[in-house]
Amino acid sequence: MASSTDQTSRRSLFSLVAGVRETGIFAFIVLLIAIVSLRSPYFLTVENFRDILLDTAVLIIVAIGQTMVILTRSIDLSVASGLALSGMVVGMTVSSHWGLPPLVALLMGIGIGIALGGFNGLLVTKGHVPPIIATLGTLSIYRGLTFVVSGGAWVDAAEMPDSFKWLARDTTLWVPNLVLFAAIVAIVFYYFLNHTRTGREIYAVGSNPDAARVAGIPVDRIVFLVYVLSGVLFGMAGVLWVSRYASAQSDSAMGFELQTVAAAVIGGVNIFGGSGTIPGVLLGSLLLGIIINALNLVRISPFWKLAVQGLIILLAVVSDVLISRRLQRALTLRRAG
Amino acid sequence: MIFKRGTSQRRLTLVATFLRWEWLLILLFAAAFIVNALLSPYFLDTRNLFDMTFIFMEKSIIALPMAFIIISGNIDLSVASTLAMSAVLMATRFQAGWNIWLAVLFGLAVGALGGLLNGMMVAKMRLPSLVVTLGTYALYRGIAFVVLGDRAVTGFPSQFLHLGQGYVGDTPVPVPLVIFAVLAILFVLLLHRSTFGRFVYAMGNNEEACRYSGVAVDRIKILLFTLSGLMSALAAIFLTARFNSTRPNIAAGFELEVITAVLLGGVSIFGGEGTMPGVVLALFLIGLVSRGMRLKNIAGEIQTIVIGSLLILAILLPQLLRRLTPRVRA
Repeated sequence: MASSTDQTSRRSLFSLVAGVRETGIFAFIVLLIAIVSLRSPYFLTVENFRDILLDTAVLIIVAIGQTMVILTRSIDLSVASGLALSGMVVGMTVSSHWGLPPLVALLMGIGIGIALGGFNGLLVTKGHVPPIIATLGTLSIYRGLTFVVSGGAWVDAAEMPDSFKWLARDTTLWVPNLVLFAAIVAIVFYYFLNHTRTGREIYAVGSNPDAARVAGIPVDRIVFLVYVLSGVLFGMAGVLWVSRYASAQSDSAMGFELQTVAAAVIGGVNIFGGSGTIPGVLLGSLLLGIIINALNLVRISPFWKLAVQGLIILLAVVSDVLISRRLQRALTLRRAG
Repeated sequence: MIFKRGTSQRRLTLVATFLRWEWLLILLFAAAFIVNALLSPYFLDTRNLFDMTFIFMEKSIIALPMAFIIISGNIDLSVASTLAMSAVLMATRFQAGWNIWLAVLFGLAVGALGGLLNGMMVAKMRLPSLVVTLGTYALYRGIAFVVLGDRAVTGFPSQFLHLGQGYVGDTPVPVPLVIFAVLAILFVLLLHRSTFGRFVYAMGNNEEACRYSGVAVDRIKILLFTLSGLMSALAAIFLTARFNSTRPNIAAGFELEVITAVLLGGVSIFGGEGTMPGVVLALFLIGLVSRGMRLKNIAGEIQTIVIGSLLILAILLPQLLRRLTPRVRA
């Protein structure tokens, strides 16, 4: 009995924290927009927001995969290397097969992502390698493979057919394709996480793996699945990345894994697993995108980008702890009184 | 009854000793040594053998506290970034006209401070070290970039360069090797012969139990991370002195190799297990392997594949070994 009330209070605590966090980020975004637009009038234009959305779209796609992994108390540090590898292989394929339909190229990227994510999942579930170590290892393996397949060479714009380049650059009904892809991914995974059995099982595994196992949830299979899904998304993002920038390089997206973790953590995804929402991740990614865009507009040196990212990850996790301690105390008081 | 138990246990310890990870490492080390000797006729030269250690002493210095941190059940991903931050701040102070040794002290203080901040957040806020040091991994490297941009600092005085490139007197023994040896002995004593070391193991096995037994868990954590920051700063000095230059992207990816060496040395990623001699062996093994790859002109990117695979194998192999052990015992 005691433990069940404890569980409910814990859950309401998490949702309260998430609530505070989402309004908090939203308020912060509004404040940031106000300040930056005072400094730079260009900031509040339609073109600039279009740019922010375009820059954030790939981040949103990969961060959603990262979020599902973090929900199960794991982490995927190999996303950026996987993205580069899938982008490189697909980029080289389209440069030698100009007739390849762009959608087939996209599917090919997803297929590569599934293989890479599946390998991560196998290491973690079958090999019992801790997620951080498994994906730190594949981070360098996938990056090294990107170099090996390309021989260190680039695939540049002239070597790609226009149809492929338009995949990420075209618009459909005035909406840029890239933004459309991100929106579709967000909607699909919002539905998946909230309204399907497997989606709910992901949360269950993260909030209490032992209880989930007792309840008959195939924990290992769920963990394997989230790595594969992360692979699907970074594989897809790799193709979009190459298409958007019209170049595939072996050092593409170096360090991008940090941004995906940052977007998730800023968006209120709990690093201890079990809680976090897709709208939160969208807000987290947007905030990160707006900050980076603002740094450029206010003419702060691009060298600040990395430091700001690190600072914001720390601020997000520290504020999480402070908020949840506050709320915990308030809840205890309320129950006592 | 008791006797019987004793003998069977002794037999078990014998088997365990035989299967000890360190022996496997020694075997691998011997194999790598022979391969290297076959690859190059100059390899077995005394001077060459000593010179070989230059390239991995910085990583080795960082690996010593990293072993402590992982045994205590934590991790520090920020070491290479801490190294870059203190190297850059030290170099810019020197450039601003400070005495080089004052700048060195400043660099050491910066590193210790960076580690202290990690430790405070891990211990006082009860945050997972993985996330904290992932944040400072970006923050500290970012600070290095903010301070120095895409420039580099060179032109250090020769007494300073001696630290990273010099030899002890007329012997072929490199200065960094000697300093590493002294530090390694200190760390071995600290881990295997002191109460502090016992507490570190105990924390890795059961932190809650330690807390309730009155072990100053928080203080030990803060101390460990500060030590890690300090050693990273020390490595920054050796690396800067060896290259006679520092730039913000210095030592990128070092954390991977350091953690790989520690885990390959038999330290359990789950904490509570591992020995210092194992870690030192693994450091020299990795040094030999990368030396051999360099000799064969294998590209750095492929070397990272090898290191990444080693990291994963370092976890997979002991599991396989453990699965085999009961059969041997039976």
